[in-house]
Amino acid sequence: MGIAEGFAAPSLHARLSAQCDDTARRLGATARGTCPVDMTRALAEVAHAQSCGKCVPCRIGLASVSHMLEEIIDGKAEPDAPSRLGALAEHIRDTSDCAIGYQAAEQVLMSLAAFRDDFEQHMRHGSCLRSSSQGVPCVVSCPAQVDVPGYIALTAAGRYDDAVELIRKDNPFPSACAYVCEHPCEQTCRRALVDDAINIRGLKRYAVDHAAPSRAVSRLDATGKRVAVVGAGPSGLSAAYYLARLGHDVVVYEKRAQSGGMLRYGIPSYRFPREVLDAEIASIEAAGVRIRCGVDVADAAAVERLRAEYDAVYVAIGAHGDKKAGIEGEDAAGVVSAVSLLRGIGDGVMPDWRGRDVCVVGGGNVAMDAARTAVRLGAAHVTVAYRRRIADMTALPEEIEGAIADGCRIADLMAPVRIVRDAAGSVCALELQPQVTGPVRGGRPAPVKADRPLVGVPCSIVVMAIGQEVQSGPFSEAGLACDRKTLTVDDRLRCIGIDGVYAGGDCMRGPASAIAAIADGKRAARSIDEDLGYRRRLFLDMTLPPVRLDDRAPWGRAVLAERAPEQRRHDFELIEHGFSHQEMRQEAARCLNCDHFGCGILHKEGRMAW
Amino acid sequence: MVDTACKPAAGVERVRVTIDGIETTVAHGSTILDAARAAGVEIPTLCYLREINEIGACRICVVEVEGVSHLVAACNSPVSDGMTVRTDTQRVRSARRTNLQLILSRHDRRCPTCFRNGTCLLQSLADRMAIHDVPFPTRFDTTPVDKRFPLVKEPAKCISCLRCVSVCEKRQALSVWALVDSGSRSRVDAVAKDRCSYCGQCITHCPTGALHERSDIVRVFDALEDDEMITIAQIAPSVRTSWHEGLGLDARDATTGRLTAAVRKLGFDYVFDTDFAADMTIMEEGSELLHRFDSGASGPMFTSCCPGWVRFLKARYPHMVPLLSTTKSPQQIFGALAKTYYAELLGVDPSKLFVAAYMPCIAKKAECAYPGHAVTDAGFDVDAVLTVRELQRQIKSRFVNVGLLEEEEFDAPLGTASGAGHIFGVTGGVMEAALRSACFLATGENPDPDAFSEVRYDGIDKGWREQTFSFAGRTLRVATASGLANADALCAAIDAGEAHYDFVEVMACPGGCVGGGGQPVCEGVERAASRGMRLRAIDACSPLRFSHENPAVQACYDDFLGAPLSDKAERLLHGSHDAWSMPCFVGVDGPVDTARR
Repeated sequence: MGIAEGFAAPSLHARLSAQCDDTARRLGATARGTCPVDMTRALAEVAHAQSCGKCVPCRIGLASVSHMLEEIIDGKAEPDAPSRLGALAEHIRDTSDCAIGYQAAEQVLMSLAAFRDDFEQHMRHGSCLRSSSQGVPCVVSCPAQVDVPGYIALTAAGRYDDAVELIRKDNPFPSACAYVCEHPCEQTCRRALVDDAINIRGLKRYAVDHAAPSRAVSRLDATGKRVAVVGAGPSGLSAAYYLARLGHDVVVYEKRAQSGGMLRYGIPSYRFPREVLDAEIASIEAAGVRIRCGVDVADAAAVERLRAEYDAVYVAIGAHGDKKAGIEGEDAAGVVSAVSLLRGIGDGVMPDWRGRDVCVVGGGNVAMDAARTAVRLGAAHVTVAYRRRIADMTALPEEIEGAIADGCRIADLMAPVRIVRDAAGSVCALELQPQVTGPVRGGRPAPVKADRPLVGVPCSIVVMAIGQEVQSGPFSEAGLACDRKTLTVDDRLRCIGIDGVYAGGDCMRGPASAIAAIADGKRAARSIDEDLGYRRRLFLDMTLPPVRLDDRAPWGRAVLAERAPEQRRHDFELIEHGFSHQEMRQEAARCLNCDHFGCGILHKEGRMAW
Repeated sequence: MVDTACKPAAGVERVRVTIDGIETTVAHGSTILDAARAAGVEIPTLCYLREINEIGACRICVVEVEGVSHLVAACNSPVSDGMTVRTDTQRVRSARRTNLQLILSRHDRRCPTCFRNGTCLLQSLADRMAIHDVPFPTRFDTTPVDKRFPLVKEPAKCISCLRCVSVCEKRQALSVWALVDSGSRSRVDAVAKDRCSYCGQCITHCPTGALHERSDIVRVFDALEDDEMITIAQIAPSVRTSWHEGLGLDARDATTGRLTAAVRKLGFDYVFDTDFAADMTIMEEGSELLHRFDSGASGPMFTSCCPGWVRFLKARYPHMVPLLSTTKSPQQIFGALAKTYYAELLGVDPSKLFVAAYMPCIAKKAECAYPGHAVTDAGFDVDAVLTVRELQRQIKSRFVNVGLLEEEEFDAPLGTASGAGHIFGVTGGVMEAALRSACFLATGENPDPDAFSEVRYDGIDKGWREQTFSFAGRTLRVATASGLANADALCAAIDAGEAHYDFVEVMACPGGCVGGGGQPVCEGVERAASRGMRLRAIDACSPLRFSHENPAVQACYDDFLGAPLSDKAERLLHGSHDAWSMPCFVGVDGPVDTARR
């Protein structure tokens, strides 16, 4: 080895490392439908390439692992192959000298356990459970299967009304999703293979902000069937929207004073302006949906009455109950749940917290919403106490960053143990037990008590944001099957135990995202329509702009700007700015048109129909 | 409803494109391939099938577009105004060569023994592109080929162009084929064999020999060599429109008489016309229709002469099977009469007869072996079914110069047919033939033979056509559809109570039997329309236009059956649809327990 080569080594490594970073990004955007057995083989080969070659189990064993996987994939393996593969992987795990070997084997073992059906299919038939035609990545990753490349192309062409119309084919909440969607579509965006995912939500935001108020939508001939929806949140209103368009007579019953569900009573207006929500709900009502607010389906008898009066009932009551931490002092004056705080604000009840010190307990998006709301209510200091690390929080990174920028302090690795009361019985401090991060359990490091004394954070208000639960009492009393308070359904969202009742959204899946709730509503509408004896489709008459051919040059991802923290933290006005026209054009031009290129073109049939 | 969605968009703009220096103007939204063709520039294609498979998979049609760094597929890339395209640069030629060589490296290139030798697009492209070596290691799928069933797939020859996937999904609404597995293992495979109609559209749209019919040539030649056997050929209506394609015979010389001579030359003792049996079908089905209509039965009567359609209905809408006419198809009526009526006329035992059918069809190969069909104890009524392609192979293998053959007549009496029988091979034909005779049966008078010309349609349509006809105080609502996607839409509408008819004709293949899966393969051209026009011309020139006026038909009833729907006619010419249900995998000797090897 010459000196020159020695000097060249770091730059050589830098290049290899950059290549591996690109590959990591590529792997991160792996399409749904990819064969997990073949990926296991490919990853085992990557691991083998990383092997230094010193030790037997890694150097030779991993080669055998990929050979055995090849035979399994081709259906040419002996029936005991999976167990022999498992035994070999355990052997490599237990005898490898370093992590290159034992971690590779661990991955193989996890794959064997996680993808048992896939392995079996390959063993038996030499073919895959999955379809190799994976569809359009962003579309199949969207729970509601919204035609993302379609509306991006329409937006780029300046056809904003059409873009919104195309979204509404699959999702009657284009605006809500433009402002607050968790955008799972961006996770598998194929553009990440080139540089970074498209800012899909930003483009949708541009389209909805520039579209004319929603056009009236067509309805199929009236069927005479009546459907009741319980809960006017995103899921209930989505089901109602599609059922109405399919010609059924739909009435939505809402317990609260206003409709919108968590979009109103969970998401603060600085993330999603109320007037936009109101316009969105109006557009759903314009499809023929009737909403009755202030009607509580409060007991089993009320459920039975709905069943008697309607041909089908869709239950979408969300998850509006708050969970208790079970710590001392939780009943003190000054302790509120995040759910009730945000609910009150949804109805315009603004508590005066000027000059108060507030502690928020929790690490999810709701905790961030509560903390940032507290800032806007005038709190002097806001502390978010969380027992794990910031990196372990379930809140979206941008929400955490936003809260910090708003002036919230994150006290991570701090487990609340007691709420301290003053003589009058009101909160005066939150007592926290410092933690250290510990062993990984269920994919997340669990906190462990630190060898440090308790810390008291003086405060007069504690907001508990440690989770929500479903208030399913009346429905379980009426005979609907529940699993720890969430309603249980079959694969067509039919409730177990009673005919003609369907459930979806948070009350079925536990607290989740708006888009998942919307998708459930849509699926339920389809199920109900079919069970009522129909199978009608809704069509859209629209031609998409032609695809662009020049989209391969790497280009940065445009991000949405925000109002400066010092301005925004004093009001409930919208934080996020939309794209400029220039940014929109540029970002839309990054779209790789996976609806045309690659296997997406195989899925064009029926694109303009639901 | 015929779909009008294909209407040109309002205000079509035109765009200017320069291709290899030739300036041309085409409609906005055209592909580069369309524009090149308009400019008279040929771009080679392989996976491309107009409107069916425009997916840019093979990358043979790649071209250079000014301002775009990479090569783009001409078949599905839209033009834009001012676009400059180059189709014949060194870069393009080299890219095409490499892609074709890559495809060839995964293809079993033993061309001389391939069914598609001479009609293979891959072969002709390699020739056109002067490719005589493949610099990549050759490796192809060596899975053993299952040759038991009417439709045979040879994975070693499949180039994954996905044409079969598209045609099966879009035209036939069946989705039997799919691209399965991923990465290096991705391939086209049958994912829904259970619902395969054996329409054979995948075969006629396959560019290579990956898909073909089971060859039954040897069985027929063996029978022809057997001195103990009396061999009978029946020739389906549409065979006479296409049998010459690829035989070097001009269409004008390819008369039915010359076809008869060619088939007789193969060694058959008797050469008959399936169209006689079609006339018999009309007598039975027309009577059945009137009987059904007058008895006020609910729901339409479906035609049952197309075995692809019958398989489709049984698989997709099993609850609608009772709507199928019980009348057998012309092929099976012919077989039943050959082995009873004609055996009696000859005074021989039916076991001495071997009936071969020349059909434009794959599903007919299954139909002859379904349980419940045979009317004698002497095996199946039809012993072998050969496609038009197999007929051509037989003629070629016997070195018959068909151009020099004198025209000959069919044998009597099963060779006499009316124009109504001839048009069975084209969409709307069964309907029209049935209406002509039903009108006579109801009124006692012949209508104008062209009174029902509204049901005619020459081409591959989208949706279905409906008409209403009135005669003898009856108002008959009829619908016709060809192509199973159209049939699917029609069935769904009837099933949902959105459409109401008395009589429905369905043919599984687009355009009817003239577009059948057993027809000669003609790369890139849909010949159903032109072949259909030939059949209609034959009808127009026929001295007989009505099935009931066919003297051979009259004699058969007078001497043998009695009358339509008589007990004897019911026993021989009708069948229950309960004898088998889908899925049904049929080999040469009848149903096979499982399709799994």
